[in-house]
Amino acid sequence: MRGGHSRARLATAAVGLVLVVGGFAWAVTDLPAFGHYHHRYGAYLAQHSLPQRGATNSINVITFDYRGFDTLGEEFILFVAVVGVVVLLRRLRGEEDESDEDINESQPLASESLRWLGVASAAPLAVIGAYVVTHGQLTPGGGFQGGVILMAAVTIVFVGGEFMIMLRLRARAQFLEMGEALGAAGLAVLGFGGLIASGVFFENFIPHGHRGSLFSGGFLTIANLAVGIEVAGAILMVLAELLDQRLLTRPA
Amino acid sequence: MSVYPYLVAAWLLGCGLYGIVTSRNYIHLTICLTVVQASTYVLLLSVGYVNGAQAPIYAGISERSVVVDPIVQALTLTDVVVEATVVALLLALILQANKRYGTTDPDRMTRMHDE
Repeated sequence: MRGGHSRARLATAAVGLVLVVGGFAWAVTDLPAFGHYHHRYGAYLAQHSLPQRGATNSINVITFDYRGFDTLGEEFILFVAVVGVVVLLRRLRGEEDESDEDINESQPLASESLRWLGVASAAPLAVIGAYVVTHGQLTPGGGFQGGVILMAAVTIVFVGGEFMIMLRLRARAQFLEMGEALGAAGLAVLGFGGLIASGVFFENFIPHGHRGSLFSGGFLTIANLAVGIEVAGAILMVLAELLDQRLLTRPA
Repeated sequence: MSVYPYLVAAWLLGCGLYGIVTSRNYIHLTICLTVVQASTYVLLLSVGYVNGAQAPIYAGISERSVVVDPIVQALTLTDVVVEATVVALLLALILQANKRYGTTDPDRMTRMHDE
């Protein structure tokens, strides 16, 4: 029964796949030839981001300044998704929580060297994450990328075998929530700051500083920081929630 | 030569869709969805590429250098963030479904209406 069922499904899917992928391949032949793209909007923004904002990373300027409004929406997508995960994974009736001592005893311990490696990697990763966040307006990186690295600094300790760190994080979830909310609010506040200072939402109202210096780009530094904190808090919250579920659903 | 990078995107799209259709496990299916989304990264970045151009970051290069299009790169960043949120939500849904029906196989979950 199952064989026939999946064969019919495969045949149906094959028709769709050929149409979609074939249509896609046909459509791209009309795109500008690879390596010959030129669009005035992109070229304009790339050329003017340094003179206008003093920041060398034009992608970061576009993300948080020229198209800051779009990024605010994107940030709220992340925020709402994390709220969704937390709501989906809330404790349902009849689910027993295991006490921390049980977990401690039944946990298969990773090798000592692996745990040390995890702990030792945390500090360098945190430094790299902070660097990527704070230099977002100058070199490749920014709030989103650096936030993920900051999150990894905590996660690698857990992956190395120090399982208790996630439980401790879970117990202090309010700090993660606060970080996430503050980060999300921070970007919105910057937008309103522009509105108050110059009457335009997301106008870069902070002095742009010296070209190529750490505090160039006006409010880009603050925007990167806010987003970095939000991303790190958001992903850690999702991870802590997922781990919590693992402990809930583990067979006794 | 001028369309090969775009065809890579088409190929990735096809691979991901095939994986989704034949998947026997919702977690596997989620990963296949990320492959589909990877095709959009390849497409966006290759659309904006300019032969012999620099990255649109003026650290250490002349202000007059020809650079690749920064807009599609910013769009790709948005794309990655959206993918992360979609995956997080899907994994949470899979966890709850698994708790309720004891399986992550899409085929075996079809009897859920009998309850």
